[in-house]
Amino acid sequence: MADILGGIIKGFELVVTGDPELYGIVYRSLLFSGAAVILAILWGTPIAMLIALKEFRGKTVIKTVMNALIGLPTVVLGLILLLIFSKGGPLGFLGLLYTPGAIIIGQAILVTPILVSIGVSAIESVDPEIMSLSKTLGASESQAQVAVLREALNGIILSDIASFNRAIGELGVVLLVGGNIAGGGLRTDVLTTAISRDTAIGEIGLAVALGILLMIIVFTVNIIVILSRKANYIVELAKPWFAKFKREERKSDHVNS
Amino acid sequence: MLTAELKEVTKAYGTKIVVDAVNLQIHEGEILALLGPNGSGKTTILKILAFIEDPTGGEVKFLGERVNFKNTEKVRLQSTLVFQKTTLFSTSVYNNVASGLKLRKVPKETRDREVKKALELVKLKGFEKRNARKLSGGEQQRVAIARALVLKTKLLLLDEPTANLDPKNAGILEEVIDTVNREDKVTIVMATHNMFQAKKLPHRIALMDEGKITEVGTPAEIFGKLSKNLASFAAVDNTFTGTAKATAGGTSLVDLGNGVQIEVTAQRQGATAVFINPQDIILSKTAVKSSARNVFKGKITQITDLDSLVKLKVNVGKPFTVQITKRSFSEMELCLNAEVFIAFKASSVQVL
Repeated sequence: MADILGGIIKGFELVVTGDPELYGIVYRSLLFSGAAVILAILWGTPIAMLIALKEFRGKTVIKTVMNALIGLPTVVLGLILLLIFSKGGPLGFLGLLYTPGAIIIGQAILVTPILVSIGVSAIESVDPEIMSLSKTLGASESQAQVAVLREALNGIILSDIASFNRAIGELGVVLLVGGNIAGGGLRTDVLTTAISRDTAIGEIGLAVALGILLMIIVFTVNIIVILSRKANYIVELAKPWFAKFKREERKSDHVNS
Repeated sequence: MLTAELKEVTKAYGTKIVVDAVNLQIHEGEILALLGPNGSGKTTILKILAFIEDPTGGEVKFLGERVNFKNTEKVRLQSTLVFQKTTLFSTSVYNNVASGLKLRKVPKETRDREVKKALELVKLKGFEKRNARKLSGGEQQRVAIARALVLKTKLLLLDEPTANLDPKNAGILEEVIDTVNREDKVTIVMATHNMFQAKKLPHRIALMDEGKITEVGTPAEIFGKLSKNLASFAAVDNTFTGTAKATAGGTSLVDLGNGVQIEVTAQRQGATAVFINPQDIILSKTAVKSSARNVFKGKITQITDLDSLVKLKVNVGKPFTVQITKRSFSEMELCLNAEVFIAFKASSVQVL
């Protein structure tokens, strides 16, 4: 018990004193997961747009599969990617195994179903007239699609946060394809893998410190995004009060009372 | 000079034909109204003229050139449509009105000036920074109109621009439509099933029914031959047809069928069409003794919320549309299926 308590105290100490080893791990976590989410956005957004805006056979099947893949066990994906990236595997020649590249690609693949599923429902909830509206105002096909995306922005941002949270808190893929390398030129140990390693070797203090920082990162990212959306919302709400006169905000619609 | 021309234009969704071999010429500088019941193909024709819907058959010419619907990106810049259902981007009024100008890469200074002018025209001066979706229904529709006007396209298409607007907002919009047509020489095609609007605003009317254009002419010509085109008017609020019989008192009684007979001041015999302005009808919960010659008892079958008004459908054997203020509506404690009386003077009935 004293060991654990001591570990926790040491953990707080490390966080407060800004231990370079600790913050190196945090930096790598943010970098890899950030890059993975950006990569996933690059390929996931077009996929989400395609599924949401185009009519084709098998659309429901793809949506169902995407939804199911959200729950894919990360260790299984890690294993599959390990086999693909390993020397004898189909992409072994790239030499990506146990490099940051493999972690980024692995996490990007892992979060794609989340990004696509939430993205599709956000885009589908946009007024279908927005597309025609943009076109009649002079937009090209791609400009009209951007307009739809802009209307779905809240949902898209939500899918990005959810993806980032999943990526940064994930262990299986980074462990299997990243290798948790703590020395040499290209270190691949990140928050989650370092916690598991440090716990295993009895470095409770470092593990606790890493755990605290992981939680702080996840909460901070969420709070920043929520607040930035809220700030916008509060400003919008307050605007009418600053206007010279207050108007009733009412939309004309059908009332069947 | 023709702004646009439709030759044998057809549009089908699967086996359902919504526009059926329509021929129509749109002259430069005119206001042309498409008048007809819901589902007669008005909206589809507007979408084809906005080049956001491609016809399944026929040919469309715009400014003398045949339109290639495979590539409408350029030609779309010359024609814009304001939808019946107000659709706004979830951003400020300025960003909404400026959106088309931004797509056209108009410099910011010009953009600011043009947006300001357009907002003044629709009487929304100083609304630039407001959140567009937080405005009232009428104001939202005016933003949508301003967003189209600011583009100064050769062709302006309006789909039921004043449907679901209270008279004040509808009046503002009608004034705007008239102004841009007269002063900026904008060619306008508008769909409407508002009888008053059709009589007042357009230079020509094209009557539509079941995807076909049944008649084209000036308002005087069209309303002069009303009996021939009754089907197109059937969907218009408070427009009825019946048989008129002169009375000894110098008025006439028009039998609309289903037990509804209304008294009118004009002297008529035989087939007649009548129209009663929804605002001229008085609604009461009990039969009131008054000078109104026409009093009927009925039930409220539909309630529609407009900005400051409430539109009611009252079935007295024939469905009448009545407009009352929101205040009256709540004070009278009206609800669906409530029994009410409607009353209007014989002189309020317009014999068409």
